[in-house]
Amino acid sequence: MGSKGNYRSPLARVRGLGAAKSGVEHWWLQRASAIALLPLVIVFTAFAISLTGASHAEVAAFLGRPLPAGVTILLVIAAFWHLKLGGQVIIEDYVSHEGVKLACVLALTFATVAVGLACILAVLRLVVAGA
Amino acid sequence: MAHIERPISPHLQIYKPQISSVLSILHRITGAALGFGLLLFAWWLIAAASGPEAFARASGFIGSVLGRLILFGFTWALFYHFCNGIRHLFWDMGKGFELPVMHRTGWAVVAGSAVLTILVWVLAYALR
Repeated sequence: MGSKGNYRSPLARVRGLGAAKSGVEHWWLQRASAIALLPLVIVFTAFAISLTGASHAEVAAFLGRPLPAGVTILLVIAAFWHLKLGGQVIIEDYVSHEGVKLACVLALTFATVAVGLACILAVLRLVVAGA
Repeated sequence: MAHIERPISPHLQIYKPQISSVLSILHRITGAALGFGLLLFAWWLIAAASGPEAFARASGFIGSVLGRLILFGFTWALFYHFCNGIRHLFWDMGKGFELPVMHRTGWAVVAGSAVLTILVWVLAYALR
């Protein structure tokens, strides 16, 4: 074992999954959500600019229309997914205690799912109200 | 488990801040800040679905001086993370690692994020 320049243990090498103990799925989904966010952020920024100073009725009617509602739901999914993956990396980098790390990642996962779901339900409510 | 002598990171404090390292940590800082900013976005969205009173509270806060400061910071963090994220995607494809290119794209991200932030706020105030 341990030929020069190779710091992996023999077991880690044979598993081929790296120090994260998993494959490239996390890495890939981080990029996939990033690419999805590029157009979504641009379009939603345009929405936000057009809604500056708008009344509640205007905002509710706008977000209840199919296209803005669809863009907003996609944005919510991509953004919270990206946040879950990115936040997990930050936690794993800085929290060394295994139990605390696990608790933080779980808390982040639950929080992003819960707040993301609440956002989606909010948009759906506006769609139903506007229908 | 076999103990392996792995290299350890040197201490960060001995390094002079450089455009590459500063922009790198800024990507992480803006990412974390945007995560908290998403809570504000969620509040606004849920308030819009809850009714006029809840929406008035949320938009009242966002429209206050503190709210606008936070939103301005959020806008810059968003566009910084957006522009530097594109830079990261090119690195993922193995492009742009040469030092002169990396410095140029780095400054482009700084300039681009500033221009986009100002553009969005000028448009928002102009079209209000």
